[in-house]
Amino acid sequence: MSFLRNSIKLLRTAPVAPRTFRCFSSQVKADDPSQFPGAHAPFVSAPTLTLPEAVAPIPIYRVMNREGTIEDASQDPKLSQEVVEKMFRSMISLNTMDKILYESQRQGRISFYMTNFGEEASHIGSAAALENKDLIYGQYREAGVLVWRGFSIEQFIDQCYGNCEDIGKGKQMPVHYGSKDLNFVTISSPLATQMPQAVGAAYAFKRQPNNDRCVVCYFGEGAASEGDAHAAFNFAATLDCPVILFCRNNGFAISTPSHEQYAGDGIAGRGPAYGIATIRVDGTDVFAVYNAMKVAREYVLKHNKPIVFEAMAYRVSHHSTSDDSTAYRKAEELEVWNTVESPISKLKNYMIKKGWWNEEAETEFVKDIRKQVLKQINVSEKKQKGYYGEMFQDVYEEMPKHLKEQLKQLEEHVSKNKQHYSLNEFKSK
Amino acid sequence: MAAIHVITKNLVNLSLKKSTNGAVSVLSVRNHFNYVPDKKSEGKGATKKMNMFQALNNAMDLTLANDDSAVIFGEDVGFGGVFRCTMNLQDKYGKDRVFNTPLCEQGIAGFGIGVANTGATAIAEIQFADYIFPAFDQLVNEAAKYRYRSGNLFDSGSLTVRVPCGAVGHGALYHSQMPEAYFAHTPGLKVAIPRGPQKAKGLLLACIKDKNPCILFEPKTLYRAAVEEVPEEIYESKLGEADILRSGSDITLIGWGTQVHVLLEVADMAKKELGVNAEVIDLVSILPWDKEAVIKSAKKTGRVIVAHEAPLTNGFGAEIAATIQENCFLNLEAPVKRVTGWDTPFPHVFEKFYIPDKYRCFDAIKEVINY
Repeated sequence: MSFLRNSIKLLRTAPVAPRTFRCFSSQVKADDPSQFPGAHAPFVSAPTLTLPEAVAPIPIYRVMNREGTIEDASQDPKLSQEVVEKMFRSMISLNTMDKILYESQRQGRISFYMTNFGEEASHIGSAAALENKDLIYGQYREAGVLVWRGFSIEQFIDQCYGNCEDIGKGKQMPVHYGSKDLNFVTISSPLATQMPQAVGAAYAFKRQPNNDRCVVCYFGEGAASEGDAHAAFNFAATLDCPVILFCRNNGFAISTPSHEQYAGDGIAGRGPAYGIATIRVDGTDVFAVYNAMKVAREYVLKHNKPIVFEAMAYRVSHHSTSDDSTAYRKAEELEVWNTVESPISKLKNYMIKKGWWNEEAETEFVKDIRKQVLKQINVSEKKQKGYYGEMFQDVYEEMPKHLKEQLKQLEEHVSKNKQHYSLNEFKSK
Repeated sequence: MAAIHVITKNLVNLSLKKSTNGAVSVLSVRNHFNYVPDKKSEGKGATKKMNMFQALNNAMDLTLANDDSAVIFGEDVGFGGVFRCTMNLQDKYGKDRVFNTPLCEQGIAGFGIGVANTGATAIAEIQFADYIFPAFDQLVNEAAKYRYRSGNLFDSGSLTVRVPCGAVGHGALYHSQMPEAYFAHTPGLKVAIPRGPQKAKGLLLACIKDKNPCILFEPKTLYRAAVEEVPEEIYESKLGEADILRSGSDITLIGWGTQVHVLLEVADMAKKELGVNAEVIDLVSILPWDKEAVIKSAKKTGRVIVAHEAPLTNGFGAEIAATIQENCFLNLEAPVKRVTGWDTPFPHVFEKFYIPDKYRCFDAIKEVINY
């Protein structure tokens, strides 16, 4: 696989030493190495500042251009029509489901939703390059990874309704998916908390005999400002953990643009500083994400070391249904990301050129997905919520005495006040 | 931690519409309280109708206008904040005074302490109370202890942290919590919770002026739902002083924030259905809290109920109950009753069974009266 070798080369040359030493070279005293335990660095004879501008930005790996053409044939992942079609159909399914569930929130049918527009390629490209046994820790905007792994429309929509068939048992807000079967750890709203956890999981995997599983942790460039992100980077590096720290850099943390989030070279720029191999890709190019993720997975498992992976994209979505992004960015700004830079249109161009896809097929497919989603909404909406006593379950592995007492109090109260609690919406005990 | 973070108007006031195909929404979410506006003005001079986010905005506007050292910062504060509390302030006072921070609560708190160390006024926003925990170390170990540990050489007294909090109908685990009790356990901090716009403005101005680090927990469901006349000028609502909102002789009902409005309605129900005259106290301040007002009322009525959204165990109601039994043992006709959230995380679809709603509070009155 030629792209693999080339990409690894790209990784190796993505240049820690040359980047930082360039400005000192004339003053370095190579024959007099320092003895300090905290840094392996030469002495210099002038008080030279290492200016951030002197460090070249980490390049963005791209395979496919806007027209859907693979620019360098050596980087063609040479995926079969079947695989590429699955990628494309997954992206379209996600996009279609998002549009309908977003609307269903506007209609008051579900309480909240978050769409994934503009980031479909980073979800699908990365998921496709992994093995399903690899453990995923998501942030909240990675529904495409679940689509790829086979989370069903029914499972998505039942979760959004929190009904009695939601596998999360109605405990969390919409989009807080999780699946033990699909090795996807349940989403938690607090940001970046999953990052050191993912590193710990990778450490435990590493200790298992003949380990062949890695951990992938998705997070946003905003979340990367949290203290937990620092902890994750540093633990992953010092404890040699096979984890891919996958930053979805979509330019916005709610209203805060990335230039107010950090002043350095994005999130990738931090990798070398922590001593972590790093790669940055065009997150709107599904093949770039796929190839780089293959490289990353191979690297972390071969070396038992982490990788910082930064996928550059643009959050076409509002942050959530509670956000109106026109309050802080111009609608025109989105145009390019909705058209020529759209990950879906890029892959579509590729497929049309290959003769693997046409408008007719797309209309038919979208129609079919729409039908499935709308039908499922009607079904999920009619399902009851679980028995309200479920609220006391899973606080602990076994319900302790004080919670049993509280549940009893609640049941006595509800039985005396049935008319106030719309009990028909909930399953009985 | 910041998080899914934004839940602005929809979490606050979810508008329920019929769907396009005419099906009635399955979301039967509506407020679990009816807002009761303040009748008595705390300030002097002209008043203006404001909701709670506007009253807070007004307090910050006045502060920025009158105190050149004052800065306001937090996640998404620049465009007005996800709850609109800082709207237009950046345009009016500039980016160096009203600004976004990177997404990092421990950073926001620590940065605020540093600003305050210099004597400048720091007004920090933590986007949701549920995400305040990364800042716990900075607030509990640093802000709270600065003066004490330095022998009063240094302090962080000009720091105020504003924190949207509380139940909204569908916020689930991480957009609903009331973490006041964690902070009430911290000598050196002051903690207050407004019940509406007038109190919010007065308390925020009092926190800003106070020479100690203060946390103002703002029930976010009130940002839009609570509207009343608010004095336009600067005034302060006293920290550490409870408000007796309704006087009564049979039972004392104590709450804070949104829960005050539940209790006011329950007091009406008790009067109408049981002929019971309830005294309703808004504690306002959690730390320090108005022991005297509570003890006086407990001695008068002999029966007390404390209600809060936070879980029962070690909730602030426990402190109040303990204080009442220490001081009013011989005056009590019944044990002090707590009506609270259960000892579980805050659940999504079961919220109506979780919160101490008017029906649970009303049942508690019957139980205490008939003890």
